[in-house]
Amino acid sequence: MYAYDEIDRAFLSERVSEFRDQVARRLSGELTEDEFKSLRLMNGVYLQLHAYMFRVAIPYGTLSSAQLRRLAAVARKYDRGYGHFTTRQNIQYNWIKLAELPDAMEELAEVGIHAIQTSGNCVRNITADQWSGVTPGEVDDPRIWAEVLRQYTTLHPEFSFLPRKFKIAITASDHDRAAIKIHDIGLKLKRNDEGRLGFEVLVGGGLGRTPFIGKTVNAFVPARDIVSYVEAVLRVYNQCGRRDNIYKARIKILVHELGAEAFARDVEAEWAQIRDSALVVDDDMVADIRSRFSYPDYQELPETPGELVRETDPHFRTWLHNSVAPHKEPGYAIVTLSLKPVGGAPGDATAEQMDAIADLADRYSFGEIRVGHEQNLALPNVAKRDLPALWRALDRIGVATPNVNLVSDIIACPGLDYCSLANARSIPVAQELTRRFADHDLAAMIGRLHINISGCINACGHHHVGHIGILGVEKNGEEFYQITIGGRADEGAVVGTLIGPAVRFTEVADVIEDIVEAYLALRARPDELFIDAVARLGVQPFKERVYATR
Amino acid sequence: MTSPLQQKIKITGPSIVTANRTSDGAVIYRTAQQGWSVDLAKAAVVRTADAARALLAEAVADDLGAVGAYIAPVSIADDGAPTPGNLRERIRRNGVTIDLPVCA
Ligand code: SF4
Repeated sequence: MYAYDEIDRAFLSERVSEFRDQVARRLSGELTEDEFKSLRLMNGVYLQLHAYMFRVAIPYGTLSSAQLRRLAAVARKYDRGYGHFTTRQNIQYNWIKLAELPDAMEELAEVGIHAIQTSGNCVRNITADQWSGVTPGEVDDPRIWAEVLRQYTTLHPEFSFLPRKFKIAITASDHDRAAIKIHDIGLKLKRNDEGRLGFEVLVGGGLGRTPFIGKTVNAFVPARDIVSYVEAVLRVYNQCGRRDNIYKARIKILVHELGAEAFARDVEAEWAQIRDSALVVDDDMVADIRSRFSYPDYQELPETPGELVRETDPHFRTWLHNSVAPHKEPGYAIVTLSLKPVGGAPGDATAEQMDAIADLADRYSFGEIRVGHEQNLALPNVAKRDLPALWRALDRIGVATPNVNLVSDIIACPGLDYCSLANARSIPVAQELTRRFADHDLAAMIGRLHINISGCINACGHHHVGHIGILGVEKNGEEFYQITIGGRADEGAVVGTLIGPAVRFTEVADVIEDIVEAYLALRARPDELFIDAVARLGVQPFKERVYATR
Repeated sequence: MTSPLQQKIKITGPSIVTANRTSDGAVIYRTAQQGWSVDLAKAAVVRTADAARALLAEAVADDLGAVGAYIAPVSIADDGAPTPGNLRERIRRNGVTIDLPVCA
C-alpha cells in the first residue's frame, strides 16, 4: 500500500473543491457545455448513452481494504450498487448524477482515491503487473517506479495537452501480465550485467484503429534516469506527434512513420540535454517513496500446511489449481478472484461483493487487494493454510469461479449497452460465451484461451491481442462482429489475424465454438495451447471450419 | 460548434431530437412545446430537413438543460407513437439489454 502524506491529501481536497465549483457553475449556466467538457474530462467524467460515467483510477492496481469499501459505498450511495473494473486498472461508475459527483469525489478523496488523468490527452493512470511485489523473481517492485512516474507526470504542465492520450505500463516479470507491449510506453524492470537496476523501454505499442506492438528503443535505461528518459520520449512526441488528425495522433504512428531507430535517436538527443538535470531520481527520493509502501510482516510458514492437504473437496482442488499462484514468500499464495461468473458482465462487482472482499482482505491478505487488466481482482498475500477457508468465503459471494485464463475468463468492454462510441454490444456476447463454456471440465480440457471483446475499433477490450478477438462493427444498422485469432498480449505480444467476413450477433457464439472445436481436433498434443496451435497452423484451417457452412 | 442552422442536415424518414439531461445525464427528447421529456412519445416528430434543422437549433440553444443534442431516426407505430429507429436509440430508451449485477 502507498500512504499519502499531508500534501497529497490537501491537493486532493483542493481538487474536489475546484470541481465542486465548476459543477455548480455548469448547473447554474455560468459555464457552457463547451467550456465545461474539458474540465469534467480532466476529472474522469464522461457522458455515455444513459448517464454520466465516472472513471476512477486505481494506480498500479493496488487497493487497501478501506479504499475498496469506499468504492463500494460510492457505488451504493451515488450509483446503482455496482462498479465495472476496466482493462486499465480503473473502476467505472455508470449512473452517476452530475450534481452528486463532487460529493462522490470527496468521499473517494478521503481515502486517497481520485479520477485525475483518467481522461484527456495526458499521461493516464500508470498501470503495473497486478502481482507486483509478491510474485517470485522480480528484480524490484514495479509499483515504486510507477509511483515515481505518477508523481512526476501528474498535472505536469508540459504534458497536459499532448497530441493524444498517453498510457504507460510497467512489469518486472518475464511473464508480462501488464501488457506492456501494447502501451505507448512499456517498461520492463531488469538488472544489467553489472547488477544495476534499470529499464528496457518500449515505445509505440497501442491498439485501436491501427494496432502496433511496442518496439524497444533503449535496452537499458538506468533507474536513476527513468524520469528524464520518459520526459525525453514525451518531449519528442509532444513536438513531432500529429495534431491535425486524431487517427494519427498517438505516439505509435510517430514511431511507425519515423521508424523506431530514428525515433530512438531523436529521444537520445533530447535525453542528452536533460539527463543530468534535476530529473535524476536520487536514492533519497526512491527511499522515501519505498517507505510509503507498506509490506506485510510475513511469518515463517510451511510451504505445504496440513490444512491444504486435508481439504479434499474436488471443487476446492479445481479452484486451487486454477486460481492460486506461487508467492515469493514460502507458505503464502496469490489468489485471483474471478469477476467472470457464468452469465455475468466481465469486470462488474456489486457493492456487497466489494465489501465482502474488503473484509476477506483484512482477514486473509493483510488488508490488500489488487486489480488486474484482465478485469479480475486478486488477494496478494494469503497464507496457504487459509486457502480452504478463503475459498469457501469467496465461493459464497460468487468470485471463486475456477476459470482464470480459461475460455470463459473473457475480457470485454462495456460496448453498446453503455458506451456512446460503440457499434455493437460486448457484454451479451461475453455472457452467451460463458454459458456455452460453463462446463469446467470442458474449459480445462481446452486449456489457456483468452477471448477479448470490443464494441468498436477503439479496442478497450483489447480484441486485437485476444487469442480470439471479437470486434463489434455496424452494417446497415445491424450488429456484426469481426473475429481475429492468434493475438496475444503478453511478452510474445502479437496482433491477431482476421479470419474472414464479419458474422451476425446471433452467430458469434457458434463461430467461437467452431473455432474451439477445430483447435481440439487439430492440436498436436493435449497440452498444445490454442495460441501455439494457431501459430503453427495459421488461420486457414480455422477459417475453413468457420465458413464452410456459412 | 457550427450552428445547426448552418449545418447540412439529411434525414431519411421521421426523426426526433434527443440529448442527455445536464443534471443527471438522463435521456431526453425535444418536445413540440419547446421543452424536454424523458418520454419518447412526447417527442416532436419532424419529417423534413428544414424542420429537423429548426428543432435541433432550438434544442442546442438550451445549453443549460441538455448536452449533446442530435437528430435520431424513429419509426411511427400504428398508433402514431414514435419508436426508436435503431438499436442504439432502442438501448437509450429501454436501458441496457442485460440484467444489472445483483448481489451473488
Ligand atoms: S471499445 Fe468502443 S465500445 Fe468498447 S468501451 Fe471502448 S469506445 Fe466504447
